[in-house]
Amino acid sequence: MSEQANRPLIEVKDLKEYFNINMGMFKSKPLKAVDGVSFSINKGETLGLVGESGCGKTTVGRTILHLYKPTAGEIWYDGKKLETKADIQEFRKKATMVFQDPYSSLNPRMTVSDIIGEPLDIHKLYSTKQERMERILELMGHVGLNSEHASRYAHEFSGGQRQRIGIARALAVNPDFIVCDEPVSALDVSIQAQVINMFDELQDKLGLTYLFIAHDLLVVRHISDRIAVMYLGKMVELADAAEIYDRPLHPYSKSLLSAVPVPDPKAARANQRIVLSGDIPSPLNAPSGCPFRTRCQYATEQCAAEMPAFKEVEKGHFVACHRTAEVN
Amino acid sequence: MSLLEVKDLHTSFFTDAGEVKAVNGVSFFLDRGKVLGIVGESGSGKSVTAYSIMQILAGTGKIVSGSIKLDGQELVGAGEKVMKTVRGNKVSIIFQDPMTSLNPTYTIGRQLMEAILLHTDRNKKEAWDRAVEMLRLVNVNEPEKRMKQYPFEFSGGMRQRVMIAMALACEPDILIADEPTTALDVTIQAQILELMGSLQKELGMAIIMITHDLGVVAQMCDEVIVMYAGSICEQGTADEIFYNPCHEYTKGLMRSIPTANTAGKKLRPITGTPIDLLNMPAGCPFAPRCDAAMKICTKERCESMQLNDDHRAACWMNVKQGVEDGSITLEGGANHE
Repeated sequence: MSEQANRPLIEVKDLKEYFNINMGMFKSKPLKAVDGVSFSINKGETLGLVGESGCGKTTVGRTILHLYKPTAGEIWYDGKKLETKADIQEFRKKATMVFQDPYSSLNPRMTVSDIIGEPLDIHKLYSTKQERMERILELMGHVGLNSEHASRYAHEFSGGQRQRIGIARALAVNPDFIVCDEPVSALDVSIQAQVINMFDELQDKLGLTYLFIAHDLLVVRHISDRIAVMYLGKMVELADAAEIYDRPLHPYSKSLLSAVPVPDPKAARANQRIVLSGDIPSPLNAPSGCPFRTRCQYATEQCAAEMPAFKEVEKGHFVACHRTAEVN
Repeated sequence: MSLLEVKDLHTSFFTDAGEVKAVNGVSFFLDRGKVLGIVGESGSGKSVTAYSIMQILAGTGKIVSGSIKLDGQELVGAGEKVMKTVRGNKVSIIFQDPMTSLNPTYTIGRQLMEAILLHTDRNKKEAWDRAVEMLRLVNVNEPEKRMKQYPFEFSGGMRQRVMIAMALACEPDILIADEPTTALDVTIQAQILELMGSLQKELGMAIIMITHDLGVVAQMCDEVIVMYAGSICEQGTADEIFYNPCHEYTKGLMRSIPTANTAGKKLRPITGTPIDLLNMPAGCPFAPRCDAAMKICTKERCESMQLNDDHRAACWMNVKQGVEDGSITLEGGANHE
């Protein structure tokens, strides 16, 4: 959470990721999962990425790590553009991922030490067996696992402990940058708080930079320095965490934030929720112009005609909306 | 007399590894037209409590003892014939996952009509009309067209609406909602909660809302039960539970939730992991994770005590506090009840 060196570690420029969906014989249609997204994450910062299912937040995380080949756009790491295979190989030593589901993201046939050691094996980060084991035990210490757990299998652990194993694996290569894809959504409240605190401590200790993807807005607000909101493959708003919560400018962010149930009965009774009608349109048939216009009460003809630009309306506060002035 | 009275309910699962006491002495009342929230973490027994009321436990599960009275009628040991008139008719349930709780091979209309034909005297035509009316009630557009569609043609939020329509078709007295919005997105969750709230007021039914999300409880519930390891730690009105929690577990839960005030600060989580129901400790089940645990907590379980008209809790800390400020005298004079 420190403000050291306001230099972007990760820069994403106009990133696009289309999947081809088979529509029957010889026909296919692109599903625009991510459609022109740009942002940067500074060193030591946590950027929260929120949005509903199908908005492309997970795809952004995976595409940055080149788990999917980007359809278009650029990804810069530490001031250098990632182009060749070698760049990506090198990048993967610096950028790792923690997955959502602690049950399916660990191989049930591998022991904990092999799971955590696998990245070390792949990148050949040790010279002796003993060095490898020492590193594994050190990593387990970082995430609060006992050394006697090393020879056990994943099924012997609870959800929270499995997530710790997943985090230890992500830390193995000594990364600068971690994509956390809904890392606490599968956990119980009390365990969730333990894991959130651990992310905090690790960031302080190891100087990590996070892209924190989640749909639980209370969690995201707690952990993030800045927050980006996505809707149907596009980024609609990006600002400081406190700013976006206190003064959301985009109509979608407004309704999303007002829909969060707050654990406070009096506030909940007083809360004027902006309940959106309808469902998110299918990304295969995204509306023309602004993707949110079909559910937006402020939509005009201009919104149907063209996609609003993602522009900085105040310092550090980006919004993509034609009618920012009228909405607020 | 309350609509639903549950007294000292014990439900166990008899597994190869031994008896799992999933619900261990749960008692509560539910009045007509009230919304009761049951919160707890996974494995706390909140769903099993609901399934015990409906008697839809898995094969190994059994109600061991206790009493469940619906409108004065005893349901424990009442037999399948009686339960068939209760389920779907007087008490309905909606489940967490709207993706798997509808049959993919039947049309929505057929599934909606099934309950109506089973529980009422309506003929097919009337049942169809009733089903359309129910879909309209839960704000499904073009209900006539939707009746002929299959579940895969519905989104998650729409399916949950269908489940609600199905549950309400026979105008039950009680609707049990088992994590009804956990699988849904926030904006869709807001729609469904809004819908449930307005239907509850319109139809005057009681709701038992099972959830792990304290935000949902704060928004929906009049009364709250907090469960841990099969027992109730604390119960009372929503305001009492949220603003004056009197059990160390509830306090821990409240501290664990990130809020606007915790941004940039450390959360204070509950340490440790939930206990193994196969190896229950002798004393308070929460004692191994409790920061304030005293000697007595590990030896003896605290009885649930009435703290004021709207609030009961089972925590020795309240006894300690009572002794300190003189409201409880020891030597048999302890002010239980």
